[in-house]
Amino acid sequence: MTISGPTRMVLRILTIVILAIIYIPLLLVLVNSFNVNKTFAWPPRDFTLEWWRRAAESQGALDALWVSVRVGLVATVIALVLGTMIAFALQRFSFYGRDSVSLLVILPIALPGIVTGIALNNAFRTIFGFELGFGTIVIAHATFCIVTVFNNVIARLRRTGVHLEQASADLGASGFTTFRLVTFPLIRSALLAGGLLAFALSFDEIIVTTFTAGANQQTLPIWIFNNLFRPNQAPIVNVVAAALIVFSVIPVWLAQKLSGDAESLGAGR
Amino acid sequence: MMSSLHRHPRVRLGLLLGPPILWLGVAYLGALAALFVTALWSQNSFTGVIEREWTLDSFRTLFTVEVYRTIALRTIGVALLVTLIDAVVAFPIALYMSKVARPGLRRFLLVAVLMPLWASYLVKAYAWRGMFAEGGLVSSMFEAVGLKSPGFGLTATVVTLAYLWLPYMILPIYAGLERLPDSLLEASADLGAKTPQTIRRVILPVVVPAMVAGSIFTFSLTLGDYIAVRIVGGTNQLLGNVVYDNVGAANNLPFAAAVATIPVVVMLGYLAAVRRTGAMESL
Repeated sequence: MTISGPTRMVLRILTIVILAIIYIPLLLVLVNSFNVNKTFAWPPRDFTLEWWRRAAESQGALDALWVSVRVGLVATVIALVLGTMIAFALQRFSFYGRDSVSLLVILPIALPGIVTGIALNNAFRTIFGFELGFGTIVIAHATFCIVTVFNNVIARLRRTGVHLEQASADLGASGFTTFRLVTFPLIRSALLAGGLLAFALSFDEIIVTTFTAGANQQTLPIWIFNNLFRPNQAPIVNVVAAALIVFSVIPVWLAQKLSGDAESLGAGR
Repeated sequence: MMSSLHRHPRVRLGLLLGPPILWLGVAYLGALAALFVTALWSQNSFTGVIEREWTLDSFRTLFTVEVYRTIALRTIGVALLVTLIDAVVAFPIALYMSKVARPGLRRFLLVAVLMPLWASYLVKAYAWRGMFAEGGLVSSMFEAVGLKSPGFGLTATVVTLAYLWLPYMILPIYAGLERLPDSLLEASADLGAKTPQTIRRVILPVVVPAMVAGSIFTFSLTLGDYIAVRIVGGTNQLLGNVVYDNVGAANNLPFAAAVATIPVVVMLGYLAAVRRTGAMESL
């Protein structure tokens, strides 16, 4: 190590400061969800579970949560199927235009969300003649979730190679048997990791959702945004935010365990 | 049937690629293309019906009306500032993670940096609303030293956006430094370089392309944002707000589409410039 002592000290202090700045705003949301004071006066005089109880009874928030969960699940299933198909096509075949296909997969998250949002909004209404609602949210979410599954599966396929599948075929297994007994077990945890990240991505999304949800469907982020500026709802919005912070940890933790390396988490986004 | 598939790789490739290409290549790309075609149509201001005649009216409004020019420049300025802040903040923590911290601590830090990336975007913006609100932590700290808090406004917007996109900058820099062998740093020291000189002449040449790669995210995400500025920006508007208002309240899709081309064109130009520096490989 050639970085001098004083420099290391400075770097250590800066790292601690940056981590503090990253976590303090989130911790404040958590603490404030127990703050007795409705306007989050600081420091809190006392703590209460009242807001959590009221949030658990808030019909609007619960309905929105249920919509978000269903959208996330359906979009994830579609993304799993399509993402895996692209990953196999790109990894096991060489063909003209491979690079364009991988660019195409990334495009929905590389372009600003608002562009994807109004493009889909326009296409749904004027080209396809769909009514905006549950179905259109699912289509939009699946579109930008494909990339997380694709990234995880193609990384796994690159690592495992084709020898096991060739051995299976040499031993007389049909294509389907090989997939069921050899290929699928190899990619199962990559599918789970990619699926979890896809669900998390869908669950959080607000910009594309705003343009594809229509008037009758509210996902949880949209519910939060609609209630954010209502002073009356402030404590309940804060509880929902706090709950989301806590729950967002779970998919990351699980996906990290499954994929075994933390870096693949960043690649998904 | 299976064996016939096996003998025809082209057929299998077609079956594998067909559905996703229909979804992404035809439906999604088609939607994008339709949007930009719409930008070249006009809207009847009385009936609100879109008239399918080619015109550059929307773009003319965009470039000649003062307020849109101001908003476009402001958006690009905010995006540049956010990118700069992220680059400056991300460098020390990435350097510490990759070259100072021991492996165990390094893994912990990596997860600590990544975890907030997956916390809800909206919740993070909301958290900063709390920080900048009256009586919030930021304003208390400013008052403690006798200064006036910036409150909701462009400053708060820049800080919040920089916070939101910070992990996108830390990760590529960390990955770049990870690939830099420690022996190079040792060689630099053996040849008599002090730490600042090593940082400038050995570490920075590796870090700059990584920063450029990270800036693709910080820049692009800021250009399209309209939620954070609504939450912490007071009455300030960015390009995203103009697009949003013209899809919703004003219901002028051709104009919204024209405004939306700005971030796309800026990003394409940016990507082309980045490509020439060779930073794309470190993505």
